[in-house]
Amino acid sequence: MATVTSPAVRKPRAAKATKSRPASTGLYWPWAIPGLVAFTLVVVVSFVWNVYLSFTKWNQGLGTPKWIGLDNYIKLFQDDTFWQSFLHSVVFIVSMAVVPTGLGLIIASALFDYIAPRFGNGSSAAVRAAFFLPQIIPIAVAGLLWSWMLSSQQGIFNVTMVQWGWFPSVDQAPNWLGNAGLAMLSVNVVLIWIQIGYTVTIFMSGLARADQSVHEAAAIDGAGWFQRFRMITINQLAPEISVVLLTTTVAALKVFAPVYVMTQGGPGTATNVPAYFSYFNFIQTGKVGYGAAISTVLALLLIAFAIYLLRLQTKQGENR
Amino acid sequence: MSQLLSEATFANETKQPTERELKKLSRRGQGGFNRRTGFSWGVLGFIVLAALLWIAPLYLAFVNSVKSKADYTTAGPLSLPSNITFENITAFWIKANFTEKLWNSFQISFWVAIFGVLLSFLTAYAIGIGRVKGRFFILALFMIAFTIPAEALMYPLLKMAKMVNLYDNIWSLIIIFSVLQSAFGTYLLASVLSDFPTEILEAARIDGAGSLRLLWSVVFPLTRPTLLVLMVFFFIWTWNEFLYPLVLLPSNSSQTVSLSMGLASGQYTSEPTQQAAAALVGILPTLIFFLIFQRTLLKGVTMGSVK
Repeated sequence: MATVTSPAVRKPRAAKATKSRPASTGLYWPWAIPGLVAFTLVVVVSFVWNVYLSFTKWNQGLGTPKWIGLDNYIKLFQDDTFWQSFLHSVVFIVSMAVVPTGLGLIIASALFDYIAPRFGNGSSAAVRAAFFLPQIIPIAVAGLLWSWMLSSQQGIFNVTMVQWGWFPSVDQAPNWLGNAGLAMLSVNVVLIWIQIGYTVTIFMSGLARADQSVHEAAAIDGAGWFQRFRMITINQLAPEISVVLLTTTVAALKVFAPVYVMTQGGPGTATNVPAYFSYFNFIQTGKVGYGAAISTVLALLLIAFAIYLLRLQTKQGENR
Repeated sequence: MSQLLSEATFANETKQPTERELKKLSRRGQGGFNRRTGFSWGVLGFIVLAALLWIAPLYLAFVNSVKSKADYTTAGPLSLPSNITFENITAFWIKANFTEKLWNSFQISFWVAIFGVLLSFLTAYAIGIGRVKGRFFILALFMIAFTIPAEALMYPLLKMAKMVNLYDNIWSLIIIFSVLQSAFGTYLLASVLSDFPTEILEAARIDGAGSLRLLWSVVFPLTRPTLLVLMVFFFIWTWNEFLYPLVLLPSNSSQTVSLSMGLASGQYTSEPTQQAAAALVGILPTLIFFLIFQRTLLKGVTMGSVK
């Protein structure tokens, strides 16, 4: 986070501990009023309203919501589609958090202390830029791009495979997004494609900050790249790894746009996720109360993650 | 970050070192471990191949968007176009009324960058410099706000937008995103401002500066670079948003670039080259933006890691 601090406002942390702030002159709380009022109106009111809606039945959002107590939640916990959507979330956590963290560590470390010293920083920066590129594309555009490539009739994959003679026609080739077994795999590959750039970039900046003399000393003692990776890099990057794992897990639980654009949760419910399932109930089928219940459960789960992340960051701030 | 990189690594950062230089380095005992061997060329080859594979989709979108449909079906998607045509791009541009989408996205992102940073700065000033009571509670609340899924706020916001007659109006999005982005912005700026040099604040207070003077002539000028970085980020994050535009902007004339891209995905299935053109046209604005603000954006990835 310190990376955005300009040199002018940066100050050694030690100074803060020794010197206490002088008694403030002037009033400060009025400055927080616009922000807090806006926040209350947009976030707090909406959230409380949504929780209230989760205890009601409100068909299409017409008329007045009818209080039905816990009915939505009882129905929800008996709904296989709901549990299935969370199971899909676990798969998304693997492809958005676990795999990119693992691959990101290997790529970042290979670029930073294998490629860069041998072939120059230019080559490692170019490779990093290539991995980062999918990160800057709006997710909706990435979805459009991939649904074009994966399209069963006209997509790059199938047209090329037919051209190479692997399949007699596109009808025999795999239907990447339309087949229940393949759709999940396809969407997850796209998400890995998007996420790697994020982890590589964070880990590389972590490595640039870390103490290089340890690496050099180990190298002089004859430790190979993999040994240094396992013993030093992983330890030096421990704070980055935990933050990346948590933030990408949060992102994986919130996935909506790629699913909406590429598969609409389908075929059937093959790629359904909680966020999409909630949207689907709110907007498509007009079961507002049910949609609200799904989003409330997801929100509570994510709040738990937020609190954990908050505590982690406070701990790291103290250790720094 | 590139500065940090060059400081941290080795002498041979920009130019490829010659054999003689390498020998000199290894004689000094510094370059000996970093010799280029057959194996290291293999590693480089492998990682460059992976990088090329990563940008292949963008390359394919580019190549096929300037290809005629006949060319696509006969010569295939991997070959270079036999002759370059801009038909697909113009056809998509006109069909989607893309100029309008660009203008909508630009307006929303621009105003969110301004209002979002303004709100963030004022609240963060009260928290980081003013140290108001309950600041930890406020920050925790803000952090929860940018962690919860948009679906948990979406429906009430939709109803509220309808109540105040801002449904299908880009101003509903400007208001919502300004507040949501400012939750993150406040969280970030408050930590930056709580590290503000005490000496400067003390000196200004002894000179009799009240909270307004302090804000305007001391804290703001020194924080401006950070605020500009934040504006760049708010702009691009807002540009990329999908769900809120999807729910709040039903009519064609108020849609954003991101939204029209998401909706285009099902529309051109029989026109592969037009779909490639759509993807290309959707990528270009962010690509241009990235090239302009490359350093800022790469720096900020680490900052965005808490979002």
